[in-house]
Amino acid sequence: MSDPTTPVISEESVAAAVTAALAAIEAVSDTASFRAARSEHAGEASPLARLNGQLRSLPNDRKASAGKLVGQARARVNQALAAKEADVTAFENEAQLAAEAVDVTALPVKKRLGARHPLSLLQEKIGDIFIGMGWEVAEGPELENEWFNFDALNFDPDHPARAMQDTFFVEPVSSHLLLRTHTSPVQVRSLLSRELPVYVIAPGRTYRTDELDATHTPVFSQVEGIAVDKGLTMAHLRGTLEFFARQMFGDEAKIRLRPNYFPFTEPSAEMDVWQPNAKGGARWVEWGGCGMVNPNVLLSAGIDPDVYSGFAFGVGIERTLQFRNNLNDMRDMVEGDVRFSKQFGMVV
Amino acid sequence: MRIPVSWLAEFVDVPAGTTIDEVHAALVSVGLEEEGSHHFDIDGPVVVGEVLEFGEEPQTNGKTIRWCSVRVAAPGLAAADGGADVRGIVCGAGNFFVGDKVVVTLPGAVLPGNFAIAARKTYGHVSDGMIASARELGLGDEHDGILRLVTLGLDPAVGADALALLGLTDAAVEVNVTPDRGYAFSIRGIAREYAHATGAAFRDPALALPLGLDAGEPADGVTVSIDDRAPIRGRVGATVFVTRVVRQVDPTVPTPAWMVSRLKLAGIRSISIVVDVTNYVMLELGQPLHGYDLDALQGGIVVRRAQPGETLKTLDAQMRTLDTEDLVIADDSGAIGLAGVMGGFSTEISGETTAVLIEAANFDPVTIARTARRHKLPSEASKRFERGVDPQVAVAAAARAVQLLEELAGGRADGSGSGHHEHDALAPIFLPDRYISELVGVDYTDEEVTSSLIEIGAWLEHASNGLLVSPPSWRPDLTHKSTLAEEVARIVGYSRIPSVIPTAPPGRGFTREQQLRRLAAETLAASGSTEVLAYPFVSAASNATFGSPDDTVAPAVELANPLDAEAPLLRTTLLPGLIDVARRNLSRGLTDLSLYEIGAVFQPVPDASYGVGEVPPGATLPTAETLADLDASIPPQPWHVAMLLLGNAVDKQPGQAAVPFGVADALDAVRLLASALDVPLTVRQGSHTALHPGRTAEVLVPVGTGVDVVSVGYVGELLPALAAELDLPRVVAVAELDLSALIELAARSVQATPLAGYPAATQDVSLVVPASVAAGDVLDAIAAGAGVLLESIHLVDDYRGAGIDVGQKSLTFALRFRATDRTLTAAEASEARIAGAAEAGRRFGAVPRD
Repeated sequence: MSDPTTPVISEESVAAAVTAALAAIEAVSDTASFRAARSEHAGEASPLARLNGQLRSLPNDRKASAGKLVGQARARVNQALAAKEADVTAFENEAQLAAEAVDVTALPVKKRLGARHPLSLLQEKIGDIFIGMGWEVAEGPELENEWFNFDALNFDPDHPARAMQDTFFVEPVSSHLLLRTHTSPVQVRSLLSRELPVYVIAPGRTYRTDELDATHTPVFSQVEGIAVDKGLTMAHLRGTLEFFARQMFGDEAKIRLRPNYFPFTEPSAEMDVWQPNAKGGARWVEWGGCGMVNPNVLLSAGIDPDVYSGFAFGVGIERTLQFRNNLNDMRDMVEGDVRFSKQFGMVV
Repeated sequence: MRIPVSWLAEFVDVPAGTTIDEVHAALVSVGLEEEGSHHFDIDGPVVVGEVLEFGEEPQTNGKTIRWCSVRVAAPGLAAADGGADVRGIVCGAGNFFVGDKVVVTLPGAVLPGNFAIAARKTYGHVSDGMIASARELGLGDEHDGILRLVTLGLDPAVGADALALLGLTDAAVEVNVTPDRGYAFSIRGIAREYAHATGAAFRDPALALPLGLDAGEPADGVTVSIDDRAPIRGRVGATVFVTRVVRQVDPTVPTPAWMVSRLKLAGIRSISIVVDVTNYVMLELGQPLHGYDLDALQGGIVVRRAQPGETLKTLDAQMRTLDTEDLVIADDSGAIGLAGVMGGFSTEISGETTAVLIEAANFDPVTIARTARRHKLPSEASKRFERGVDPQVAVAAAARAVQLLEELAGGRADGSGSGHHEHDALAPIFLPDRYISELVGVDYTDEEVTSSLIEIGAWLEHASNGLLVSPPSWRPDLTHKSTLAEEVARIVGYSRIPSVIPTAPPGRGFTREQQLRRLAAETLAASGSTEVLAYPFVSAASNATFGSPDDTVAPAVELANPLDAEAPLLRTTLLPGLIDVARRNLSRGLTDLSLYEIGAVFQPVPDASYGVGEVPPGATLPTAETLADLDASIPPQPWHVAMLLLGNAVDKQPGQAAVPFGVADALDAVRLLASALDVPLTVRQGSHTALHPGRTAEVLVPVGTGVDVVSVGYVGELLPALAAELDLPRVVAVAELDLSALIELAARSVQATPLAGYPAATQDVSLVVPASVAAGDVLDAIAAGAGVLLESIHLVDDYRGAGIDVGQKSLTFALRFRATDRTLTAAEASEARIAGAAEAGRRFGAVPRD
């Protein structure tokens, strides 16, 4: 007795199952139809599975050959399934990627870089240059006592040089407070607070009562340097300035010193820097003042000028930026227009 | 100081053909900085003409012109422009006569202002040139009529070059004279410097002058006495006072053209022969002179300090009340001049003055400087006295003035004069051997040192191991051996100084504060904000609004002389400056802004007083107490950092809605900054008079064991009404922190803990609390209750609505637990979570949401 639904293992029945399975697999187009085909032709209720189930009931002498027949058939179907699955996956992945494509030229900008102010960057760059030489960066208050700004720096109270500084004074004037007219008070503070020898630069904001125009601003910034040690000469001053100039302007930069007068230095010099790439042709450009520290300044800080000597120099940061980075109008530096700083970004 | 080159060449050789640039280069090399140059800007055929005849022709416009026939070359000769010897010229002036010699600018000439002369048709004639006025020639302001050469005392040949005749071919260099070089405010001083620069021989004009002074004898009976009973800083007001009298001066004599043109190039307007002569001598020798109308003097001259309440009407017709420090020249009538600054009205040289008393004095620089400043009267004289005038040149200068008045104005000096000369010679300076070489770093020879010092006029004596150097009388700035070093260095040339890089001892690099300030700046810039540097000047109103979070007004430093009277205070906060900058950017169409500033603010402590009564002297180390007083005399000036955000953080783009800036972005930036600096930071709801009451956070940093906090600033949105008043958009997010405090509170160094590798357990907890409770406080409570197993916690949801009573909210927190020594069980994590929730319950009545 045999159940009419019970398949009989035969060459024909196995071949028919395989043919049907391969046709179904061939017709697969996506994951859903793949799963349906797999379930129908390789699942537990599939014809081949059911044929396979018959093996148990076969007589032993037929088991081997029938088993081989069914096993090979199932292997063929599984192999076809595996190949199809890879095809379908690849196809579907590709379709998904295609669907996910974006126009990279139109992707939204969500973060913007801000910018440092070039005057700040330049001060830091100068700091880096001198730190590299073993110097340190000193700072001091912008609102100062007159003694630090003038008297200690050998500005006689009645000397015209003092009146020429165009000073902002604090009300009442009798309090003897002012907005520092240069960063030189920091030199005095450094000499007073540090052990000798001293090699420091002092960058920072300074003030003079000039109206803002293309070449003046009442609030500007300077960097000054002072070195006090045994045996320092004007040759050391020139050497330091030349190194500084080359770091700032390139290897072709040269320094020229011209006699000048400053109360806090003696001898004093105006320093010009050679600008081979200046707009309108190579030329000397006035860069700052310098000289050997006046003995009276050393005395103000309790230093014996017969034992120690020193040199000092100062340059305007705005002016340096002007001719280093080709800026014409001082107002661009102080107005805070974001387009100005953004030209520089994070580097000057 | 402007130096006409022809004048310079009188005292030092200036080779023919030397250009203005070459003169400048020479002067720069010895320390006289180039300021500019001055010319008459006139060129081409400009000749002497003679008016042969003219007819007057009234015009419809009411003017009457003269149609003139002018001879511009000798008969039969070509004129300077190659044209005819007689020209027809239309002239609008009516001040000349037939036979007058005049200046004719022929076609081809170019006058000042780039005014080119050409034959042109006008008033029905072809005018073949122009008869020039003094103003058209650039010689003066006179424009009432044309220049008649007879008024200058000139009768030159027809056709002669008028430019040379009038000194209009000369040019002047202008140099900046540093305040230590008073003597360089003279042609004499500049010529000496030019000689130093070029090696050419210097001819001292002072030495060439007659010095006929009978010291002590009163000039024409005018006695002089110096009676200074209140010298300033121990210095007598006048040390030299020389007078000379010149009579029979013809005050109507015109000043010669050469003098007018030199004065003009030097920047001084010609006034009258006597005044011009005193100015001329001042420019030439550097000695300010004053001329008095002798007939207006009443009795002898006394030089004294002004009396209390004394008044003086000065030359500019101003009545001035004098200070008892002012030095005056007085006669029996009282003060008749402010010594060395400005003369008096009553004895002014007038058009009728025929007897002149010349004063050549030497006044104390400090006295003059103070008086000039006190009365706001900077003058050519005060400028020179402030910087120091050669006390030895007074006699020569008086003699030179007499000489010129005699030569040019028919004056007669009777030879008598009065001199008062008590000026101390300058102290000699000991110059040790090798000192200059060791200071300058150049191996100067002895010959270089001595010849340089002799060249500048010093007197040398040998001393043991050095030289004794007596500075010349015109160099009061030479006071120390270092000043002699500069002289030798500049005379030999600064170009001799070699270049040597000194070796500094090992440095410590940037300080911690400097590094962190830079980190703060870079963090903000990298996160999208642009650094600006605003002026620190603010108005009282602005300080009242932004200076303090509550209704009190922050004390602020006030400037005595602000540039803008509306903004006399120094900022106590950075916000007003940022707002100004934001407004400027907005006005330029830049509407999405993220700005920050890092800068000092000036914060006087309430009720503290600052300043010092007296400033200690220089060149001396103050005592420790004095230094402490100086340090304490200035208010605290901490560094702040502030931000301002407005407009959009992210623009509208495809697939991206615009994201406007708001308080969250400002707070985010502040958090980022604190993270960068490694400062633990918390916020709480705050209030600030300038900020939106519901959108203000006070920023706090825990200190010590973490129980106490210090406030370091505010984050918020501007009050919308304030934003509107400032023409800003409604939403302007701002933040300001005390950066100095933040850096002070930042971790000194990180103490790392080993990372636990055991798995984390994450759990959420939802708690219902009254809506008024700050989420941050609930978070703190959970964290405190959950204990050490809690690794992190953050708020993930704030829900209000269905299922939650009105006035309540449900806060959901994500918690991550981890133990350092074992794998946590779910029970342990739950227990910690429940403990956290319980703590929130205790503090705020929080109940777990089902």
